[in-house]
Amino acid sequence: MQLSGNKGGAEILPASLMDLRRGDEAVLSEIDLPVEDARRLMELGFLPGARVVAGQSAPGGDPRVFQVDGSEIAVRRETARRLKIHHEGRLSRKA
Amino acid sequence: MSECADCAGCRPAAVAIFPSAAVKAVAVIGPPNSGKTTLFNRLTGLRQKVANFPGVTVEQHTGVAELAGGQSVELIDLPGVYSLSPHSEDEQVAYDVLTGRREDTPKPEAILLVLDSTNLRRHLMLAAPILALGLPTLIILNMADDLRNRGGTLDTKALSRELGAPVALVSARQDEGIEQVRDFLAGAMALPTPRSLPVLHDIPKCREWAGEVGSQADYRAPIAPKWTRRLDRVMLHPVAGPLVFAFVVILVFQSIFSYVTPLMDGVKWLFEVSGNWIATTLPPSLVRSLVVDGVWRGVGSVIVFLPQVLLLFLFIGILEDSGYLARAALIADRTMARFGLQGKSFIPLLSAYACAVPAILSTRTIENKRDRTATILIAPFMTCAARFPVYTLIIAAFLPNRQLLGFLSVRTVAMIGLYALGFVVAVLTARILKSSILKSGRTPFVLEMPAYRWPTVQSLGLRLLDRSKVFLRRAGTVILLVTVLLWTAAHVPYTHGHPPAIRDSLAGTLGRSIEPVIKPLGFDWKIGIGIITSFAARETIIATLGAIYGMDHPDSTSMDLQSALRHDLTPASAVALLIFFAFAMQCVSTVAVVRRETGGWKWPLAQFAYMSALAYGGAFLAAHLLRYV
Repeated sequence: MQLSGNKGGAEILPASLMDLRRGDEAVLSEIDLPVEDARRLMELGFLPGARVVAGQSAPGGDPRVFQVDGSEIAVRRETARRLKIHHEGRLSRKA
Repeated sequence: MSECADCAGCRPAAVAIFPSAAVKAVAVIGPPNSGKTTLFNRLTGLRQKVANFPGVTVEQHTGVAELAGGQSVELIDLPGVYSLSPHSEDEQVAYDVLTGRREDTPKPEAILLVLDSTNLRRHLMLAAPILALGLPTLIILNMADDLRNRGGTLDTKALSRELGAPVALVSARQDEGIEQVRDFLAGAMALPTPRSLPVLHDIPKCREWAGEVGSQADYRAPIAPKWTRRLDRVMLHPVAGPLVFAFVVILVFQSIFSYVTPLMDGVKWLFEVSGNWIATTLPPSLVRSLVVDGVWRGVGSVIVFLPQVLLLFLFIGILEDSGYLARAALIADRTMARFGLQGKSFIPLLSAYACAVPAILSTRTIENKRDRTATILIAPFMTCAARFPVYTLIIAAFLPNRQLLGFLSVRTVAMIGLYALGFVVAVLTARILKSSILKSGRTPFVLEMPAYRWPTVQSLGLRLLDRSKVFLRRAGTVILLVTVLLWTAAHVPYTHGHPPAIRDSLAGTLGRSIEPVIKPLGFDWKIGIGIITSFAARETIIATLGAIYGMDHPDSTSMDLQSALRHDLTPASAVALLIFFAFAMQCVSTVAVVRRETGGWKWPLAQFAYMSALAYGGAFLAAHLLRYV
C-alpha cells in the first residue's frame, strides 16, 4: 500500500479524488452524493470500481480534469471530495 | 423487448417493410459530444429549421434528408442525452418523442442512434433503452477517422449480431460512410432483436452490459488523444492558460468593435442608398413616409448590428467546435464562482456584449436551473451593441476630444467606464441573487472535455445561418413592429389634413405626460419621447431625437444632433441619461426571450422592474450629485 505521508509520523491516506495530484491513479469506491447528482457522474463514467487518473487542473487548482472510462471530465473540488476512493487502490504515480 | 440471453444466432423474425414513401419521421439521438449534430447537418444540409418544443425550454431541430430516387425523410434531432430515464427536461422530451407521447411531434418510425466510436463502451449504455423501444434502429458509430488514427478497432458484424440491429461505421465530419445511413433510411427496416438487455435504469448494470457487448465485438479502445493532452498542457497551464484566454477574449472584443466597422459602414451605406432610391421612386405621400422613415429606418437599425452578431457567433462557433470552449469555461469557473455563477455562464455573458437575445438562448448549456436563471437575469447589463451608438452620441456631445496623459482619449475612458459600470452591476446583482432567492449549491459542476478538433466550414456556416435567423426573426420583427407603431404615433392625429407637429402628436403627448416623472432626472419631453421609443430598441432614440429636432440623417456622429443635445441637456443630466441607458431594460425582444426561456412572466417582469428602478435611481443620483460639479 502506498502512503502519501510526508509529515514524519502521521500517515495521511487519500480518501477522495480531491486528494489526488496530477498523474495519480485510483479506483473509485463510492459516490457520497444524493442520487440525482450521483446519476450525472455515473453516466459520465464515475462508477464504483472505475479507474480514475487525475489530470490537469485549471489555473488556480479548481476545477480539475479527471480521465475516466475513456473521457476527460472536469469536476470542482467540492464534488471531487465526495468521490471516495479505495485506500488500497492508490496504484501509482506517473512520473 | 426480449430477454433471450441464451439464444445464439437467432435471426430477426419480425421485419417491418415500409413502402418507400411511408417512412416519414426518423429520430436522431445520441449522447452529447458524439458528433450527432455534424451528422444531422450532413444529412439535412440547409433544409433544417429550429423551433421550441412547446412547454419546455428544449430546442427542436428538424430537417429533411434527401435520399436516392427522390424520396425524402423528416429527421427529428433530439437533445443529447446519456440515458432515457426522465431525470432532466432533455431526457423527458426525448423519451416522450420516441414513445409518441408528444402531440406536436409525430412518433418516429425509426431511430438513428449516434455514438462516438472512440468512446464506445460508455456510449453503448444508451443503446440499451433505445433498443428496448422496439423501433427499427441503426447504430451509427461516428468518428471512424479518429478511431482509425488512434489505433482503435472493432468487429462491426459481431456488434450487429449482439445488438440485433444494423451497425454503420461513419465519419460525419469527413463525409465517410454516410451512404450506409441513407440506405437504411430508404430501405426495409427490421425490428431490433438484441441478444440481451440489462435492467434499464440501473446505471452500473447498463455499463456492465455495454462493456460485455463491446468485448463481444472485439472492441479495442483507441489510445488517448495525444494532441489534446499536449495542447491542454498549454491551455490549462497556470501562466500560459490565462494568457491564451485573455488573448481570445481581447480578440473577440477587437473584432466586434474595430474589425467589424467596415462591414457596418457597408450595411449603413446600403440602407441609405436604398432608402434614397425608395424616396425618389415613391411619390411624396404618407405611404412613402411610412416606408422610408418608419419601416426602412426600423429595419435598418436592426440589420446594422447583424455583422457584429454574426462575427461574435463565428468566434463562439469556432471556440465551441474546436473544443476550446470547455477549457475556457474551466478557466473562467473560479472567477465566476466568486460571483455565485459558474464557468458555463461565461460564454452567454460574453455574447451579451453583442446582443442579449442570442446570449440568453445560449444559456441552455447550463444544467443548473438557478445558475441559468441568474445568468439570464444579468445578461442585459452587459453593454450590448445597441447601447454603443447612444453612448457615442452623448459622450461626443459633452466630452471634448482631448487626450489624458498624452495618449488616452477622454472619450474612450468614458466609454470604458460605462462598460465597466454595466459589468460591475451585473456581478453585484449575480451575487445578490445567488445568495438569496436563487441560492443553490446542489448540482455539482461537471464538464466533459471533448478532444480538440478542427471546426468544419459546413457546421460553422450552418450555425451562423441559424443564429442570424434567430436574431433577425426575434429582434427584427418585434423592433420593426414597434418602430412602425411609433412612426404612427408621431404622425397622428391629423389636423386639417396636415400631419401634426411632433409636439402635438400622440408621441409628443405621451412624452409630455411623462415629463413630470423624468424632470427630476433633468430630462424634458423631447428626451421623454426618445426614452419611450428606446424601450423598443435602445438605438431608436437617435432616430427619434433626430426626427424631433428636424434632422434628415441623424446618427451618432451628427454634429447638429450633438449641439441640439447640448442645448437641451446639462452635463449632469447627460450623465444621468447615460446611466439610465446603462441600467434600463430597453429591449422588447429581450423581454420576449426571457419569458420564453424561463417559461413564464414572473422573471421577465421582475427583471424589468428591477432594472427600471435601478435606472431611475441611478439617473436621479447622477443628476443631483453632479449638479454641483
